[in-house]
Amino acid sequence: MSRSFKEAAIAGIGQTEFSKASGRSELQLAAECSRSACEDAGIDPKDIDGMVTFTLDNTDEIHLCRCLGVENLAYTTRIPGGGAAAVATIYQAMAMVNAGLCNNVLIWRAMNERSQYRFGQPIDMNTAFAPGGGTGSLLWCMPFGAQTPATWESLASQRYMQKYGVSNEDFGRVSVVQRKYASTNPNAWFYEKPITLEDHQNSKWVVEPVLRLLDCCQESDGGVALIVTSLERARDLKQKPVRVLGACQSIPREVEVISNYYHDGDLAEMPEAKGTAKRLYEQTGMGPEDMQLAMIYDAFTPQVFKQLEAFGFCGHGEGSDFVKDGHIEQGGKLPVNTNGGLIGEAYIHGMNNITEAVRQIRGEAANQVDNIQNALVSSGMAGAVLARD
Amino acid sequence: MTENTEEQKPTRMPPVVTLDAKFFWDHATKGELVCERCSNCDTFRYPPRPMCPDCHSVERDIVPLSGKGTVYSWIRPRHPKPFGFDEPPIAALITLEEGFRMVSNLIDIEFEDVTAGMPVEVTFVPTLKNKQVPVFRPAKG
Repeated sequence: MSRSFKEAAIAGIGQTEFSKASGRSELQLAAECSRSACEDAGIDPKDIDGMVTFTLDNTDEIHLCRCLGVENLAYTTRIPGGGAAAVATIYQAMAMVNAGLCNNVLIWRAMNERSQYRFGQPIDMNTAFAPGGGTGSLLWCMPFGAQTPATWESLASQRYMQKYGVSNEDFGRVSVVQRKYASTNPNAWFYEKPITLEDHQNSKWVVEPVLRLLDCCQESDGGVALIVTSLERARDLKQKPVRVLGACQSIPREVEVISNYYHDGDLAEMPEAKGTAKRLYEQTGMGPEDMQLAMIYDAFTPQVFKQLEAFGFCGHGEGSDFVKDGHIEQGGKLPVNTNGGLIGEAYIHGMNNITEAVRQIRGEAANQVDNIQNALVSSGMAGAVLARD
Repeated sequence: MTENTEEQKPTRMPPVVTLDAKFFWDHATKGELVCERCSNCDTFRYPPRPMCPDCHSVERDIVPLSGKGTVYSWIRPRHPKPFGFDEPPIAALITLEEGFRMVSNLIDIEFEDVTAGMPVEVTFVPTLKNKQVPVFRPAKG
């Protein structure tokens, strides 16, 4: 039968525990979360025929195949751009399935990103411009003391604060909401540890005047995996299918990940997220009003504001009021990052925000939102609409 | 504001010098702020790259920049402490007079006194490995 852009589905999800010291190799984390996703879907790991991960993932495809006993792999690919790759993995898997190239696409991301190395600390000069990072211009930041993701983000977000008169306290409200979600999510590192705005304002400056410690995502150890297959096949598997109604990437001219200062636009906006929104809405014929949940890449709180605005949930500069008015909370107009996000649950490079959307659509989330039909998942340069079948 | 002076041994990290950007750092080390400009269509290329994104020529001229610009955004990295600095520097995006942005530092000014759009001018500070990088200070007059 003919295929269309509405026929891929997420059939299974898996993960390890999220911690600060996994005590085992990244390969083992990758193998365990992949096995869990296969069990969840009800497929045999040996039948995986497509593999997608990030360029930054340290696990080799062949090593992982040897763990899983994969018998006849048909397609492998990796996505550049650091965390921007997160939702692009769904896009790739959708395309592989819709092209008829693969039946069981495994997406994985596994990292000992707290115990083995530190994503949040100054990076090695020699990796500052490694191909595939998507951030080739980081080397233009290093001699000037802008040596961490928090500093790169802040150079752009300080412009956002200037332009819209937004304060660090405004950003802090995102953290408070997400830590509230995390506090009732047993998978979250910050389970039962909510914070107040006062706690946020008392946390130390990471980068003045933009980010305090509690504006930053965690550094975490853990692995997350998903199985993508065709919708018709997913309907015969163990779980309720979660449809991939659409997915896309957008990388406009001169745009790069995080040290994104060289395009012609205003740095108070994210042209890549605006491009993703436009393409995704055109592809699906949907708009912001059709979403009942948004899972938004939240390495740092300002990114939530900028993506809410780029996807049209509110106007430019209105993210602060949108959050202040309670719209992203449980019961609000658009619950956001209901697992606690990368700030509250764990930082598995954005992938745990996608599995949360899957749980919400299946009706299995810790902080279940009522009546979810469609969920937006965004990692800035990539986005997807996931939906109940 | 603690900055490296010629009397002190530099502690600032040197730039990573790639083949496509060697000209920029070589000139900076001589105290010159330059950019490559397409020989065919006069488009500036920053960050440097070997081909013009407009006309796709690989020919380029190395041209001096005015060294004047305005402050676009500015931050002070507190934690973790940046390598190579005794005190946290002011990192900033400068909009150069020629129309593009550059990451650099602001010196000779307190963090609290920086304002958006304030005019700045280039100067150069030493790094490890006997190189110099461009930084900016409030414009005179």
